[in-house]
Amino acid sequence: MPVYIGKRLLVAIPTLLIISIFVFSLQKLLPGDPILAMAGEERDPAVIEFLRDKYRLNDPVVVQYFYWLGGVLTGDFGISLRTNQPVLELILQKLPVTIQLAVMAMFFAMLIGIPIGILAAVKKNTFIDYIANVLALTGLSIPNFWLGIMLILLISVQLGWLPASGFESIFVDPVRSLQTMVMPAFVLGNALAATLMRHTRSAMIGVLSADYIRTARAKGLSPREVILSHSFRNALLPVVTLSALLFGELLAGAVLTEQIFTIPGFGKLIVDAVFNRDYAVVQGVVLCTAVGFIVMNLIADVLYVLLNPRLRATL
Amino acid sequence: MMRLTKLTTALLAGALFAFPALAVDLRIGLQDDADVLDPAQSRTFVGRIVYTALCDKLVDVSPDLKIVPQLATEWKWSADGKELTMKIREGVKFHDDTPLDAAAVVATIERNMTLPESRRKSELTSVAKVEATGPLEVKFTLKSPDVTLLAQLSDRAGMIVSPTAAKALGANFGSKPVCAGPFKFVERVQQDRIVLEKFKDYWAKDKIFVDKVTYLPIPDTTVRLANLQSGDLDFIERLAPTDVAAVKGNSGLKYDATVNIGYMALYANVANGARADNPFGKDKRLRQAFSLAIDRDAMNQIVYEGTAVGGNQPFPPNSPWFNKAIPVPARDVAKAKALIKAAGFDRVPVELQIPNNPVAQQMMQILQSMVAEAGFDVSLKSTEFATLLEEQTRGNFQLSRSDWSGRVDPDGNIHQFITCKGGINDVKYCNPDVDKLLNEARASTDDAVRKQKYDAASVILNEDMPVIYLGHQSWIWAYKKSITGFVASPDGMIRLQGVKKG
Repeated sequence: MPVYIGKRLLVAIPTLLIISIFVFSLQKLLPGDPILAMAGEERDPAVIEFLRDKYRLNDPVVVQYFYWLGGVLTGDFGISLRTNQPVLELILQKLPVTIQLAVMAMFFAMLIGIPIGILAAVKKNTFIDYIANVLALTGLSIPNFWLGIMLILLISVQLGWLPASGFESIFVDPVRSLQTMVMPAFVLGNALAATLMRHTRSAMIGVLSADYIRTARAKGLSPREVILSHSFRNALLPVVTLSALLFGELLAGAVLTEQIFTIPGFGKLIVDAVFNRDYAVVQGVVLCTAVGFIVMNLIADVLYVLLNPRLRATL
Repeated sequence: MMRLTKLTTALLAGALFAFPALAVDLRIGLQDDADVLDPAQSRTFVGRIVYTALCDKLVDVSPDLKIVPQLATEWKWSADGKELTMKIREGVKFHDDTPLDAAAVVATIERNMTLPESRRKSELTSVAKVEATGPLEVKFTLKSPDVTLLAQLSDRAGMIVSPTAAKALGANFGSKPVCAGPFKFVERVQQDRIVLEKFKDYWAKDKIFVDKVTYLPIPDTTVRLANLQSGDLDFIERLAPTDVAAVKGNSGLKYDATVNIGYMALYANVANGARADNPFGKDKRLRQAFSLAIDRDAMNQIVYEGTAVGGNQPFPPNSPWFNKAIPVPARDVAKAKALIKAAGFDRVPVELQIPNNPVAQQMMQILQSMVAEAGFDVSLKSTEFATLLEEQTRGNFQLSRSDWSGRVDPDGNIHQFITCKGGINDVKYCNPDVDKLLNEARASTDDAVRKQKYDAASVILNEDMPVIYLGHQSWIWAYKKSITGFVASPDGMIRLQGVKKG
């Protein structure tokens, strides 16, 4: 297993390089000059020239890229054009926020998606199944931003139960932290719950029609035991893999959710950075996200192997 | 039971003694996150709002846009307008206990003029030398007379920073700004909050009734208002005009608005590169016709719910600098058609570049259909702001829609846009007569003389029309009923002197 993981990590290096080159070039192709916006409304030519020089924007793009890469290899991700803060510091500040949001969202997604999926499979083609499907379809179709605003208006403004937006670190004030995160996590988890539900349902249906389940039933096991111990465990396989992969979708969803709930996380960081053409920040955030993706994929593969003994022989 | 009551009473009494009064915490929702918090380097509007609490300036601006004392108690211009002497307030301290004296003022101004990262250079360009002429007296010597300097000193260029901190932190001053305002810096989390607390040695501390201020950037106007309605915020700036009715209908909230000192405009490329070579850029009659085809009042009613005012000059109609001889024109399609015909056209194609925000788009779609009736076939080209700015600078536009946030001195709303060598003259309009008038207006310390010059310039500009002014938005604030003492100011700042909560 360690050899397998090691191999996978080695393969990740060229992937990351290609991603960084891709993002770097894409950014340079974007119209719009960050320095013009940064120089202030007056756009003083001396300031513009100084800033171009300071951020090496006068160098050829290839030189700029290698300069950036050299920095990254020594742990220097550059400095934000907009706020003068080191990019690494920004990333370390924002990453835990988005991780908290993602974990809580995943919790909601699993809490809603898996039980309903099991129920729908067990009660296949009944009224309950149809209701569950309608719910899933609704969850998938409702846009994040709309649901977010509606929840804010209902829960915060009308009922006054939760803060409308904002963020508090879980290490500073855990209660407030959970209060501010519940709504955004629910909004973000909602769409994923639908995907999870659909997958759980089809996996369960597949397993429930297997021969060994008929045997289990025949030998007189209670339906509860059949469903939870015998079927669900096997059906869990694709669901677990999917959950790990869904973390990618979570990050994408976090961009919108963080914007609505004003959560100072990764998503908001990247949106602001793109709009301000804050090259170093975009570059750093994308690289970090790519690493996250690769790690989640790896975890999914490893889990798959761990859960499915038949695959262990292939390693 | 009796015992329990006694115990509770004792505990409560103890608590009352232990915690004298509850700290007053004011939470303000801003539309954006501020950029770097160094007065020499910062450029955002919201940054300036934070500075009104953090950094005092040499002079301030009153709600009627007069220059009033702040760190400078009095000032005097020399007869030739080339020297400005200021007396500095006695006994003022920076947040790090460094005393604020003439030397500190000189150090700040020199920092603003020489720090490579400084965005204040163009604002202080007329200053040849600044020196301490006494422990509490400074003298600015100018290259040429420049009456606008005072207005510059009422903003970031005049915010005095602690020389100790500036020396220690250099260009990194924004990581822990030390000024002499009523509140001192506590912490900042990017895109989340900026926290300030009351400075106990502030020179006018008896006017400060708030212990802690937290600024929270919340870009979405609906969410910002929702936070105010749910009680998470006490105060918000830039309420969307469409939400004014909701605030007015809420008994727990108050609302304040005032026409701002900036403007909304269309910039017509008259001489910036090849894109200017078209009838619209070359024939002023077409631009005049375009302006006449716009119903400014209707646009204001529809897009801004009546909170904005129509305009045709760089100053709003309620400004003392507005030329009343050229009133905001009413829509006149017949006259517009006649002008187009006189220019030898039937229909005129125009490409209009607009920022991709919903309000600007809505406004320009209305405009598109208005001018179509007169004979303009406007195609809208929507781009995001960074691109718009670049295209405008490079001259890659025919007509471009952008705003100016406005300056206290009239010069700041006109000179750099219209003079031949103006730093942001993107339309590349150049008229020696206008240059002469605007330069003279800048040099005179007599307001009557200045007004005369601006009036004369506005007549020429209204004829040549390189910039088609559309109107002036309002600053709109909403806040809890329990907040008192806030004074709305046309510069859009939130001054906390005198503001009470509860």
